Amino acid sequence: MIRLNAKWTSYPYIVWMLLFTILPLLLVVYFAFTDSSGAFTLDNVKQSALYIPTLVNSIYLAALATLFCLVLAYPFAFIMSRLSFSRQKMMSMLIMLPMWMNFLLRTYAWQAILEDNGVINTLLTAIGLPPATLINTSGAVVLGMVYNYIPFMILPLYSIMTKIDKSILEASSDLGAGFFATFRRVVLPLSLPGIVSGVTMVFVPAVSTFVISGMLGGSGNYLIGDLIEVQFLGNSYDLNAGSATSLLLMVVVLITMAIFSRFETEDSEEALV
Amino acid sequence: MDQNKKIIELKGISKSFDGEQILKSIDLDIHDKEFVTLLGPSGCGKTTTLRIIGGFVTPDAGDLLFLGKRINDVPPYKRKVNTVFQKYALFPHLDVFENVAFGLRLVKTPEKEIVRRVREMLALVNLSDFESRRVDLLSGGQQQRVAIARALVNQPKVLLLDEPLGALDLKLRKEMQYELKKIQQRMGITFIYVTHDQEEALTMSDTVVVMNGGLIHQIGTPQDIYNEPINAFTASFIGESNIVPGIMHRDCLVEFAGRDFVCVDGGFEKDEPVDVVVRPEDVDIVAASDEYLCGKVTSVTFKGVHYEMRVDCGGTTWRVHSTDFTPIGSLVGLRLTPEDIHIMHKSDASGVKNYGGAQP
Repeated sequence: MIRLNAKWTSYPYIVWMLLFTILPLLLVVYFAFTDSSGAFTLDNVKQSALYIPTLVNSIYLAALATLFCLVLAYPFAFIMSRLSFSRQKMMSMLIMLPMWMNFLLRTYAWQAILEDNGVINTLLTAIGLPPATLINTSGAVVLGMVYNYIPFMILPLYSIMTKIDKSILEASSDLGAGFFATFRRVVLPLSLPGIVSGVTMVFVPAVSTFVISGMLGGSGNYLIGDLIEVQFLGNSYDLNAGSATSLLLMVVVLITMAIFSRFETEDSEEALV
Repeated sequence: MDQNKKIIELKGISKSFDGEQILKSIDLDIHDKEFVTLLGPSGCGKTTTLRIIGGFVTPDAGDLLFLGKRINDVPPYKRKVNTVFQKYALFPHLDVFENVAFGLRLVKTPEKEIVRRVREMLALVNLSDFESRRVDLLSGGQQQRVAIARALVNQPKVLLLDEPLGALDLKLRKEMQYELKKIQQRMGITFIYVTHDQEEALTMSDTVVVMNGGLIHQIGTPQDIYNEPINAFTASFIGESNIVPGIMHRDCLVEFAGRDFVCVDGGFEKDEPVDVVVRPEDVDIVAASDEYLCGKVTSVTFKGVHYEMRVDCGGTTWRVHSTDFTPIGSLVGLRLTPEDIHIMHKSDASGVKNYGGAQP
């Protein structure tokens, strides 16, 4: 008889983890602390301090995008969770639909829309308005991030909100809570785990993106992801420096997430008092 | 029970969902400090009626009055009624204390008073030691008590209970029936209770409202409902009964099962076809003789307190409850005294809307 809880069933996963997660991580650490000859050095790490302004800008834009995603996705996910089952299925289908198209292609499309001679500016000129500078701005980068990553905010929020039974909202109303009180005292605390995972799933890829900033941000919106890309694949190839920058980014992301999740748990504990 | 003071009035309330009419213009008065039970099979409209009073469903037609004022358009959070939901609907992110305190916090009650009133309520439902427990770790019965305390702490004028004991086991259910009745009397407020369990309705209520197919069939005290069912539906839904067709020859004389019987009912037209209801426990088993309806025992089931028997009398099966054992195959007589025979007008399948003189 095969016991599904037998230890050996987890071996493929462990092997996978070792090969494709742990090992690459160790390699990054190794290259970050060595020079091209393989000798130990702190120069790469010290040098990556130069990139802190870039990193701060990356975090700023990613945080802004995450915030927009949250503000847009939250009411949407809530309304969606209150729809009938068949409509819910249709809505999640519509959310997933753009993801069937290649990420690069979608971003190209935005390029075509935002360009100086693009769709929007053509329309603006046609109705006699002056053209606007849209492409190569940090706004375009944030827009690209929001557009590409909002499904990752909607889906965890939606899945947690479907678990909030209608009768719980009715109970809140029955006990005297109006719309905003029900939101603040019931819906918000119950959806916190969804907010935490949604924010994580949007912020992490947004802070390390290079495609979106490269295609929509122009030269003025050089993000940490672009930097790493150039160091690994571009003309300033430097495996060790690139590893150090990656390491810096990882550490910063980890710290940000730790602070964030801490803040969230404290907040939810407060709600209990 | 203050019989003169109407706390809630339903006047011609109708409601349809997806083209199906759930409530067909019902009228109902509920008095102050009354324990009213809406009783009926699932789909009869009892829960919809309760949800209309709670404010979660807006009626299509008719008026809902609270102390004489129309409240059709008043949202639930502004009504002086509170609800105990069928599935408890406790807030999973709050502990027992905070669940109960929820309503008080919304109206900015001073902390000291919150503590006092929540503790008082938890004592009332015997949950004093559970203040800081998580609600999802409580048993069904305990969750039910939290739900009751959470509703009562707001001192509502009316408490609505939607099949609150449905998920509990039999023993606990009996205990809770007794306790709910006690709580209702102690708090001195109106309870409107929805159930499909006739025994529950008879045990707790001052007034039972029998519903079926979106209509109210009968309103009355448990004794009225049980002893004087107004139609075949009420008779068959409440308790067990033998319902046989008969003809009312004149006042106090009815013919059924091929014989004439003296009864105590009157006011029927001459030779009107009627339904005759006889409760199984009212039938006395006697030795077979020409004097009585006679038949052969076809089955005997031991039910604890009594034996349930089926007696075949010329093709009609009579259900009889008796504490004496009679073997299968025995020929027995069934003695019916005039008080055991209840005569009812024939009702169409959809039921009737006149509910006789049973209204208090």
